[in-house]
Amino acid sequence: MYSLDKKILRDIRHMKGQVLAITLVIVSGMAAYIMFISTIDSLSITRDSFYRDQKFADVFVSLKRAPESLKAKIRKIPGVSVVETRVCGYAKIDIDNFDEPVTARIVSLPEDGRPLLNRPHIRNGSLLDPNKDNEVLINETFAIAHGFKVGDHFSAIINGRKKEFIIKGIALSPEFVLLMRPDATSPDFKRYGVLWMNRSALAKSYNMDGAFNDVILSLSHDAKPNEVLENLDNILSEYGGLGAYLRKDQISHRLLSGEFKQLKRSSEIFPTIFIFVAAFLLNIVMSRTIAMQREQIAILKAFGYTNAAIGFHFAKLVVLITAPGLILGVAAGIWLGHVLGDIYTAVYRFPRLIFTLYPHVVIEALMISVASALAGTFHSLQKAAREAPAQAMRPEPPAQYRISLLEKTIARHLLSQPTRIIIRNIGRRPIRTTLAIIGIAVACATMIASGFFKDSVDFIINVQFVRSQKEDIRITFVEPTSYRALYEMKRLEGVRHAEAFRRVPVRFIHAQRSYRTAIDGIEEDNRLYRLLDENLKDVFIPSTGIVLNDYLSKLLRINVGDLVTVEFLEGSKEIREVPVVATAKLFLGVMGYMDLTALNRLMREGNAISGINLLTDSLYTRQLYRNLVDMPRVAGVVIRRNDIRNFYDIQARGMLFFTFIATLMACAIAFGVVYNSARIAFSERRWELSSLRVIGYTRGEISYILLGELGMITVIAIPVGFLVGYWLCAYIAHALASDLFRVPLYIEMKTYAVAAAVVLASASVSGLIVRRRVDTLDLVEVLKTRE
Amino acid sequence: MKETVFKVVNLTKIYLMGEVEVHALRGANLEIYAKELVVLLGPSGSGKSTLLNILGGLDTATSGQVYYRKTELTTAGERELTEYRRAHVGFVFQFYNLIPSLTAEENVSVVTEISENPMKPADALKLVGLGERLDHFPAQLSGGEQQRVAIARAIAKNPAVLLCDEPTGALDSETGIVVLDVLDRINRELGTATVIITHNSDIAGMANRVIHLNNGMITEVIENKNKKPPSEFRW
Repeated sequence: MYSLDKKILRDIRHMKGQVLAITLVIVSGMAAYIMFISTIDSLSITRDSFYRDQKFADVFVSLKRAPESLKAKIRKIPGVSVVETRVCGYAKIDIDNFDEPVTARIVSLPEDGRPLLNRPHIRNGSLLDPNKDNEVLINETFAIAHGFKVGDHFSAIINGRKKEFIIKGIALSPEFVLLMRPDATSPDFKRYGVLWMNRSALAKSYNMDGAFNDVILSLSHDAKPNEVLENLDNILSEYGGLGAYLRKDQISHRLLSGEFKQLKRSSEIFPTIFIFVAAFLLNIVMSRTIAMQREQIAILKAFGYTNAAIGFHFAKLVVLITAPGLILGVAAGIWLGHVLGDIYTAVYRFPRLIFTLYPHVVIEALMISVASALAGTFHSLQKAAREAPAQAMRPEPPAQYRISLLEKTIARHLLSQPTRIIIRNIGRRPIRTTLAIIGIAVACATMIASGFFKDSVDFIINVQFVRSQKEDIRITFVEPTSYRALYEMKRLEGVRHAEAFRRVPVRFIHAQRSYRTAIDGIEEDNRLYRLLDENLKDVFIPSTGIVLNDYLSKLLRINVGDLVTVEFLEGSKEIREVPVVATAKLFLGVMGYMDLTALNRLMREGNAISGINLLTDSLYTRQLYRNLVDMPRVAGVVIRRNDIRNFYDIQARGMLFFTFIATLMACAIAFGVVYNSARIAFSERRWELSSLRVIGYTRGEISYILLGELGMITVIAIPVGFLVGYWLCAYIAHALASDLFRVPLYIEMKTYAVAAAVVLASASVSGLIVRRRVDTLDLVEVLKTRE
Repeated sequence: MKETVFKVVNLTKIYLMGEVEVHALRGANLEIYAKELVVLLGPSGSGKSTLLNILGGLDTATSGQVYYRKTELTTAGERELTEYRRAHVGFVFQFYNLIPSLTAEENVSVVTEISENPMKPADALKLVGLGERLDHFPAQLSGGEQQRVAIARAIAKNPAVLLCDEPTGALDSETGIVVLDVLDRINRELGTATVIITHNSDIAGMANRVIHLNNGMITEVIENKNKKPPSEFRW
């Protein structure tokens, strides 16, 4: 080992506190990066292999009823590779000791149990016996939620007929990686499941012998997807086709893609912050180290070391300082990647998570980190290399100070001598001071971003479920039903108030843009289904025209007053132009709204409704649930209370984890920045501080000079951090916005307060550690050594 | 005919110290020959260190020329100066300037590792009488010992010239004499041309020639007919 290399190791040991602080920051950044990237890669590899193994379809469409013979015609559409026809429907499940209504999607399986597309993956048990009509496969989350095992029984009502079923197997499907009821806002594994049944048995229940009501396709490589959709829609139009859509619009796939997008953004935002902070910390530590070793550098140069050799020497030091953080960071990242993967796979169901960490990801991350660390120290290195050796051996001229602006504007005599020292010192190194402020502000901003997720979820809940959707129970019917159903519903015991709504699948078209969603027709003087504007004021729906939510109007680039083309995908299949009369704020989903009567008139239909919102009396809920389960026309029952709880449950684990990680990281940054700044300030001013001690200043006064500067920087940094935090949240909200949900830019005062408290606490801890050094200053020793 | 190692012509040096302009050298002329021991004598601020630094390639001149043998140092670039220092010059400084995080032997190794034909670090340390203290850190050595490590470091590469800036400036007289004795011995045994800066006129006794500087100019050059060994010095 070269002697200079020994020097590096001893230098590192000498500044172990600072190295530790830097290591913490680097570990955080590296771990976050590896965690996010490995989770993205793991999930996408897992997803792709699951899709491939189970032959996930490319095109999906439901229809009313078509003869099986139509399959041949569909297969002839150019670009279609495999066609699978199915019978699908909804069943109500009756589970002992569980009163609340439970719904399941039922999907038919061909007699051999092996569909060509969307094959269930059998987790437990076996395939269905083609000769039995009472066997089902159930999806895994549903089985777990109710503790179902292979061989258990339950009864289900299919198309009004109740029947006993035996669970033959527990399965997963690429179609239901994330299982969510179409009209719900979050998954509910207890109240919504999937059943797979033999096609013949299911067809019998739905009178679909020799017919189908659902088609899935896979496409050949050269297929033109949009042309296939068009052809398919044309073929199915006379069979009540509800509009074909591609995999990208399939709900489970879309939710998963949304999650990928969120992970991708996080993997960009957070590690960037850490790389910046680590580079800054290395910059201040290295510039100080180099300043202190000015003479040693001069000596090395005097003896003929080249600038490059000296640069290389310090570069090695930088690399060695960053190395432990990088190694630990990779290890921590792999561990966190597994934790995050588990959190995801609790909701997104795959046969198993294929944990993936590509070596190139690690190598790139290492290279980026080392490069930015070197960039952070490059300036100091350059300065050290440039200095003529003789110049470097002369003592540094006294630092140049000037009277600060603050002292000039405020009466100078009001400030004590130590305070003046603080102010002048801050002013003397404006760049370093600014960077320290930014560093601490970034810590504060990271904390705000972590709190922001909870705040925005609370806000969504408040707006969506408390102010906008006020019903206790939402009922949806199997198919559009007469308005008379509302009166029947009102007569049920326990119903305090009922309002009908109509939901029609449509395609909105404006200029070149189109979007497939639904229009809700709402009763004229409704109380339970409020539309709100930007300021949470009610939006009224006039008797003509349509209200779009703001995100949809942006997607379509349409303004209030413009005409939007509405293509109904149900019933008459009319295409109409409707004026947009207002926009409404909605955080979840993308919808249009019309007056119920106006909607039915537009569709040229009578008083049809597709569901009812109820206010209920809690005394009668059990009986009410039972009645609803027994009503054949009722397809789904969503209890708002559960919807809110599920929304929280699903968010909570991920959010808790994220908040925990973000808090740790924010502490690492705050501690790293403050500790290093304090440590450097102490070492630079050791001589000055000792001199002050010698002439009679107390330890407290000395600490005040040293730590007062940091206190002032921290106090300035916190409001800056609020601002940066707000921007960061605004960026996150913007980056995460999708048609599934928008994150409202809403930050509680409490979040700001917690962020400030965490920063202050970290700063205080690091201040106290440095303060201990002040207390042990050896006055004589310090004054003897020349510096 | 004496072999000239250094030739200095009309050398001036002006540098800025903070906001103050310092005229360190004002047209100095001199020659230094192979194998001789020269003492540069003068009060502080007379330009001794500046002259030495320029001779050693540590600093650049404002005007004038300096030749090392056939090479003009004043027109040499950073790269040539580094090469020159690496190959030909050994330095000893007033404050030793050892690297605190390295042991005595390692401090010498720092130089031998980049030299073409060096001594073994342990041998160099033996030459200065520190063969027993190889593994001591600078903080564990007395001032005189530290300075001898610095001398060992300077001579370990077998330099053509040894430039010493106040080598005894930070030492008491007894220790200083030990250090000077080492320098004297190196000069005699290895034949290294040695330039010693001092403001202590007693030291001049060990020189072949004494060059007086004052206010940036060479005021007097004295040939020393009867050299005294450092062991006879008292101050």
